[in-house]
Formats: sequence, structure tokens, C-alpha cells
Amino acid sequence: MSTEQTRKLVVLAAIWIILISAPYWMVPLGGYTALATRVLVLGLAAMSLNFLLGFTGVLSFGHAAYFGLGAYGAGLTLKYLAASTPLALIAGIMLAGICGALLGMLIVRRRGVYFAMVTIAFGQVFYYIAFQWSSLTGGDDGLRGFSRQPLDFGAFKFDILSNEKNFYFFVLFCFALALGIMGFILRSPFGRTMIAIRENERRARFLGIPVERHIWIAFTLSCFFMGFAGALYALVNNFADPRGLHYSQSGDFVMMAVMGGMRNFWGPLLGAAVFVVLQDYLSSVTVNWMSFVGLLFVLVVLFFPRGLLGFLQRSKA
Amino acid sequence: MGPTQRPWSVDRRAILKTGAAIAAVQFASPYIIKARGESPVKIGFIDPLTGVYAAIAQSEVVGAKFATEEINKKGGILGRQVELLVEDSANDVGTGVQKARKLIERDGVNFIVGDVNSGIAIAIAQVTSEKKVLHIVGGGHSDIITGSSCNWNVFRVCNSTFMDANAIAATLMEKFGKKWYFLTPDYAYGHSVQDGFEKLLKAAGGTFSGSLVPLGTADYSAYLIQAKSYGPQVLINVMGGGDQVSSLKQFVQFGLDKQMAVGGTLFELETIRAVPDAARVGWWTMEWWWDQPGVPHVAEFNAAMKKITGGAATARNWFGYASVQTLALVANQEKTLDAPKLAHALSGYKLPPEIALQPGTPEYRAGDHELMSTVFAGEAHPPKGDPDNMFSVKNPVPGAKAAGPAEDTGCKIQWPA
Amino acid sequence: MTQLLLFNVTNGLIVGAFYVLMALGLSLILNLSNVINFAHGGFLVIGGYIAYAITPYIGFWGALLVAPPLTAIIGLAVERVLIRPLYGRDPLYSLLLTFGLAFIIEDGTRFIFGAQGKPMTIPAFLSQSVSNELFFITWYRLFMVAVVVVAVTLLFVLLRYTRLGIRIRAGTLDLETVAALGINVQMLRSLNFAVGIYLAGLSGVLAAGQLGLEPTMGTGLLMPSFIAIIVGGIGSLPGTLAGGLLIGVASGLTAVFFPAASEAVIYVMMAVVLLIRPRGLFGEEGMMS
Repeated sequence: MSTEQTRKLVVLAAIWIILISAPYWMVPLGGYTALATRVLVLGLAAMSLNFLLGFTGVLSFGHAAYFGLGAYGAGLTLKYLAASTPLALIAGIMLAGICGALLGMLIVRRRGVYFAMVTIAFGQVFYYIAFQWSSLTGGDDGLRGFSRQPLDFGAFKFDILSNEKNFYFFVLFCFALALGIMGFILRSPFGRTMIAIRENERRARFLGIPVERHIWIAFTLSCFFMGFAGALYALVNNFADPRGLHYSQSGDFVMMAVMGGMRNFWGPLLGAAVFVVLQDYLSSVTVNWMSFVGLLFVLVVLFFPRGLLGFLQRSKA
Repeated sequence: MGPTQRPWSVDRRAILKTGAAIAAVQFASPYIIKARGESPVKIGFIDPLTGVYAAIAQSEVVGAKFATEEINKKGGILGRQVELLVEDSANDVGTGVQKARKLIERDGVNFIVGDVNSGIAIAIAQVTSEKKVLHIVGGGHSDIITGSSCNWNVFRVCNSTFMDANAIAATLMEKFGKKWYFLTPDYAYGHSVQDGFEKLLKAAGGTFSGSLVPLGTADYSAYLIQAKSYGPQVLINVMGGGDQVSSLKQFVQFGLDKQMAVGGTLFELETIRAVPDAARVGWWTMEWWWDQPGVPHVAEFNAAMKKITGGAATARNWFGYASVQTLALVANQEKTLDAPKLAHALSGYKLPPEIALQPGTPEYRAGDHELMSTVFAGEAHPPKGDPDNMFSVKNPVPGAKAAGPAEDTGCKIQWPA
Repeated sequence: MTQLLLFNVTNGLIVGAFYVLMALGLSLILNLSNVINFAHGGFLVIGGYIAYAITPYIGFWGALLVAPPLTAIIGLAVERVLIRPLYGRDPLYSLLLTFGLAFIIEDGTRFIFGAQGKPMTIPAFLSQSVSNELFFITWYRLFMVAVVVVAVTLLFVLLRYTRLGIRIRAGTLDLETVAALGINVQMLRSLNFAVGIYLAGLSGVLAAGQLGLEPTMGTGLLMPSFIAIIVGGIGSLPGTLAGGLLIGVASGLTAVFFPAASEAVIYVMMAVVLLIRPRGLFGEEGMMS
């Protein structure tokens, strides 16, 4: 193995060790397990968005809609269908993915600013449906009355409801699963094509690549992953509410991806960690935390557009 | 584009390094603080300090902080100082739940107070009952908090929507008539209030129609046009906050106040301050009012609030105040911080006059954990004398009378083993 | 029933006129600079609060004249400092920046003026209804429409007959050539942004008179503006005009039959337009590909 590959493996191992031991080293530093779980879930969402944004070069600013759909899918399943966590997750994933596939068909012909506006507007359509269809979704008060169920493996029950640490490891497992699939796709020829489209769309088209179809597939896949993150989020809160669908939530995800580094696979997770922890800390310290978060957006865009990882990588070169 | 071409020559590495250093210190500090001194009793206060409910949430915090000071002056809880940890739920359920977990797990709070938003309050209640922490809902009105979703560890200071509706319905019917039109915000709180009114109206043989209005509506013409063509005797305005401001302004602008009366349950002082004089009309319920001549201690509280906020004390100030004081009182009485014991003690607990700040001694009813606080039904008007004197209490209704029997709320409390 | 319909359509036009004012400003900035100004609602709030602050000194009419230009000056400063560095880059960055800016403005307003809603005093005669029959039309609403008509007319005059206007229009079509012709593109973009923000500030003053002031008042008005632009067609100002009026009327009509959906209907309209005629009613093909 070359030094480059060994280095990558070491970094990967380090990342996983940090993630696995998080509940233990976080507490002395003033953290708490629920915070780590939240970072994982939102990190997954940011990475799902980055699948589209960083690796295909397509700006979707309404992606939170699929996050919210995943949450509602999971919640509705747990509330009305069956008290089964895996089923809830699958329902959330499917709901988000299918909606994404359908909507994607309508909008893939557009690009750039127009595409962004359209995704925002469509995202808001879902927000309104969740808001207005209160008999099903609970409207503004959100969907409640469900909670994550212990996992029944036949031989023993894994209690993820009242045990925070257990739940964290469960989420970590799901996270790893999703990441594994994502990484696999990115390394595949399809993934390579996505990057080619990002680099130069016209040239990709000249090469005979069906660009619209690829973008549609990438969009749909990112919606599936987003739905997974959303379903997990519903389990974190035992709650699903319309605000998870709002474009301001989308803005947060985009920010996480940009802040961590869009060109890097792990970038959005780092961005999510910084964002969540910062927001958590700031909102305890001052009522004006919104100004600081807004300031962060502005500073990152002006000075660190390549994100933290992009910055570190460049200075190494 | 290299660094030299940038219009801003800033050393980004320096920024990053300083930022990381500051962050590290901040993260280490809670750990450091724990090591020194005697540990205080901590109360976690979660409210939407940013967002559409910011004004009333911040009023609650003012009341809570004042209560904390008073308690500490008298020696605190069980001889230990009280620390109030205020967190912003940002009107978002996920954030509210996360803060609840943070306060309980990381900060080790002994009590939780919150949230103004009923949906968030209920979500937090799930966490607090799971973790066995005593939880007081200061200002979230949805009926189910002390109804079908009640919990052994959850108590509420503010009224349920039914209490408010019940306190004023008879007055509205007697004074103006039984043909009503509802302007209701389309979410659980709105439906709850309308349901309460409908029940009472139907029982008295009245008729009604109404509009369900989306939250955040700026223009009420369509709904007011319909109201006018229905020709009711009373327009029941259930809207809240900015929506109530807009709808009342337009109601008066269209001259509808000359054709029908207006009223409803809440028209909070914070909202009355935000409308022009012409729109300061109607018959409403205040859950607490600062001008209660003849009732002891109220004037002192009002003066204290005035010193801090510059305006008269509002019901929200009192919610925050009463919530925190209740915790101190019951803990000092029972000489324990154990949640189940305190919850048992709170069932049926009567607030002393200097905290209740109203006639009588309201109690936290055992059947549903709702505080039987007096509902002050009365009329709004432009300021008379004091700039905050914009409401005249005409008919204070004792809480127990307004609430109806506890069995009707649908609450079945299950105590932990 | 016909009376109800007529009332609501008229009302919808009035509401739509207001949307037009906001959307035009947004559209101007979008067309020339390719910037989605998420902070547009924030500038509306700034305009409103400036008017609130100066009304005690120069009255409502004074505020109406003075607040929008002041807002535009703030807009100029923002453009120069924050947005100019982003012009060459992916539109993602300006989106994120204005998004963050919106947060700062909302929170800053709350910090300076408090979270409490504030009433705005308008001249008494404007607060009354036009007549008993048309009770839902107050003089203030007619005044708002009048202001919008004047503003839109002036805008179109500016764009058609002044040098600045012609350059803006040319720049919208082909900025490179305009630059090659020796015109100072930086200045052009700044001025264009300032005009857009002027309109936002003006909207703010009008909204303040109608709704009162609150730090969060800008966010609810941003989305309809986007939709007006999409429905009317990106790149076309007359389209934005038509779009604004159309969604106002649609919203008003829906409120008669199905009030809960009166806000959602504009999203449905947008979806329909995107399905049937993606470039919008008056948009040109390829304007924003």
C-alpha cells in the first residue's frame, strides 16, 4: 500500500474511533450524548445533500423537505401502522425517496439559480401540506404520540428508548450503513460520472452522457438518504414537525456542507458538528445567537468558501 | 485567486486558531466550574426566546429571574442557592427537546419550566417524565397538557383554553347575543378554544359560523367580508400575537366594530400594546392582571416588574414568577428534591397570597395538575391614566368554577411505582 | 355570492399590488446580478423600522419619502462590502450569504427595538373605509395601490428612458458586452441593487402602516415574491408584475371557498406553471438555464 493509501486508512480509522467512543469523551468536555446523536443525524442529512451539491454540482435549497418527509413517514408509521423501528425507518426513506423521484423529474431541466428557487418553492409546498393537513400530521403542533420502539432481536431486546447511549450506537450503526452505501456509489462508475458532470457539464454532454437522467438519479438517491436522516431525526425527538421541512432548515444543511468542505466526503459531518455544537453553545449563552449564526454564514462565505477541510487541504498542498 | 489578490488581507489561520482556542476554553469551563464551591439547585427554563413568541417568552423569563432573586435572598432551596438556566427553544420542537436533554443530562437540573409553545411543552414533557424530573408548564395553553396527555410530573400555571372560554362565554352571550362568528387560527390551540366556546354556545342554544385562518395571515379582508355577511352579534377573535394585531386593526378599520361586538379569550397585554388605540376594544379574559385594588402584594410585584421592564407587569411575567416560586415553596416544604415526592405534595397544593397575587388561594388540582387560577374577564379600552391601564376587570371567575370537573378533562394520572 | 367574489377579487388585486412591489425589487437584483436576495425581507423590515423611528420627527409622509432612500443606502453598503466579492462565484454563495444576512437583520432588529410588536401611526383619514358598501377597502389600501402604481411607473420610466435603465436592461441580457463597451459594471450592479432595495424599503413602510412592526414580519412576505417571479417568468419584469397580481387574486379567490388553502394555493399555482410552461408566463426560454 502506498503512503497515501495508508494515510487515508489511518484517517478513516481515527474518524470511526472518535465516533464510536463519543459518548465517553464528550461528557467531560461539557457535551452530552443527545448532542452527539443530533450531530450524527444532521451530519447524515448534510452529507446526503452534499451527495447532490458537492459531488454533482447541483444546488438544491429545498432539500429539507425530504428530511421532513422522512420524519413524518417514520412518525406516521410508528403512530398508526406498527410499533416497529425498522419499519418506520424504511417508511420514511421510501416516502422521501419516492417524492424526490417524482419531483426530480419535473425540475432536472433547470439549473443554477432557477433550480434553486424551484427547489425552495417545492420544499415549501410540502411544508404547507404538513402544516395544513393537521388531521394527519398534527399541523403546527407536529406529529406526536409515538416513540422509538426497542429493537427486538428475538433473543434479546435492545432498548433504544430510555437508554441514550444505546440509541446513539443504533444511530451510529445506521449512519455507518448509509455512509457505506453512499461511498460505494461515489466510487462506482456512476459516481465518477456525477463528478464529471460537476466539473464540466457541457463536456460531459458531448461525451454522450445522459446528463439529465444522471442528475435525476443523483437527486433521487440524495432524497433517499435525506429521508433516512429525517426518519432518524423523528426517532431522536419522538416528534415530527413542519419546521423540519422549512427552507430555513435547508439553509442550515447547505451551510453545514459548505462550512465543512463540499469537495470532501467527510466535510459535511465536520460542518454539522461545528454548526450544531456552536448553535447549542451560543443559544445557551446569549439570546442573540441568531446574529452570530448569521455572522458565521457571512464569514464562511466570504473567507472560507472551501470550508474547513478545503482550507486545511489547500494549506497542505 | 491567491491571498495577495483578495480585497481582504486577513490571516485566516489566525482566525481559526483563535476560534478553536476560545471554543476549547468554553467547553472546558463547565467542568472547571463544577469543581468549585457548593453546587446550587438548578432550574432549567426553556422558552422560545427567538421567533414569533419572543415577546411573551421574554416576559416569562423576566418573571422567573425575579423569582430566583427573591428565593435566593430568603436562603434558596434547602439552604442552597438557586441557579436559573435559561435556554432558547427557538420555537422548534427538535431544539426544545435537545435543550431539555442538555439541561437534564449535562447540567443536572432538578426542575424544568417551559414551554410557551404547547407542542414543544408536550414534547419536553415526554423527556421529563422519562427522566423523572418535575416539570411546570408556565405558559402553554393547549388543553391536553392537563388533559389526555397529562403526566404525573407535569403541572401547569396558565389556564387551559377551556377555562378561559368558560369564563367569558356567559358574559358574551348575555351582553351581546348568541349568534357568533369565529376567526380561528388553524392549529391545535385555535381549534381547542373554538371547541370550548362551541360546546357552551350550543348548550345555550346559540348559532355560529366561522373561518379557519392560516397562521401568519396578513390580510383578513376575505374573512371579515364573510363575517359581515353572516351578521353575527359577536366576532370571536381567537388569533394570537401578530395575527391578532392585524385582524383587530382591520376589524376596526373596516368599521365592523360599529356593527358587532368583538371578544374572545386571550388578548395579552403585550399584544394590546402593539395595536393602535382604536383597536383596543372588546371583551376578553386576562389570566392575571396587574391592577387588582385591595388585593395585597400585587402592587409590589407590579412595581418590581416596572423597574425591570419599564412597563406594568403582565400575565406572562406572573407565569414565570409563579412557576419558579412554586418549585421553591414545595421543595422547601417537603425538604427534598425527589420528583415523585414533590409531585405528590404539589397535588392539591395551595399557593400563598404573596405568590398567587390574586383573590383567594388557588390550588394545583390533584385530578389534572392544573392551577385553579382566577380568570379575569373584562373589557379592553384605550389607556386611562396609566399607559398600561388598557383593561378593566369586570368579572373575575374563580379557577375551579371556570375549569369544570377534573374528570371531564380526560386526564388520568399514572404515578410511578 | 357574486358580491363576495367581486369583493375578494378586488381585495386580491390590492394584496397582489403589494406583492408586486416586493417582487420587482427582488427581480431586478436577480436578473442583473444573478443573486437570490434572501435578505430582501430583512430590508423590508429595516425600511419599516426606520420609518417607525423617524415618524415622530417628520410624520408619516416624511417617513414615506425618507425611509426608502435610507434603506437603499444601507443596501448599497451591504452590496459593496458583502456581495461584491461573490459575483464571480457560484450563486450558492450569494444565496448563503443573504440567508445569513437575513438572520442578522431579524435578530439585530429584535436587539435594537425589542421583540414586542410596535404600532405605526398613520394619518387618521387613511384608516377609514371608503364607503359602507365597500367597507373592506380602506383609504390606506387605495393609497398603497397608488404608491405601487407610481413606483412601478417610475421604475419602468427609469428602465426605458434613462441611461442607467438602458444599461441595466442591456446588462440583464449580456453583461459581458456591456462591460466590453466600457461601462463600469461594478457601479451598475451597485445602483441596480440600490434600486431593488429602495423598493424593499418602500414596501416596508407600507407594510408597517398596514400591519405594524415586528422583527419577523419580513419572512412571510419573501416567499410570495419568489413565487410571483417564478409564475411571471424569471427575467421578465412585466412578468413579475403580472405574477404578483395573479397570485394575489388567486389567494383572494381561494379564501372565499377554502380559506385554509389560501396561502397554499400560490404554491400550487407555481407547481402548475412549472409543469405546463416552465419559463413562466412571460419568461423567455433560456433566460435562466
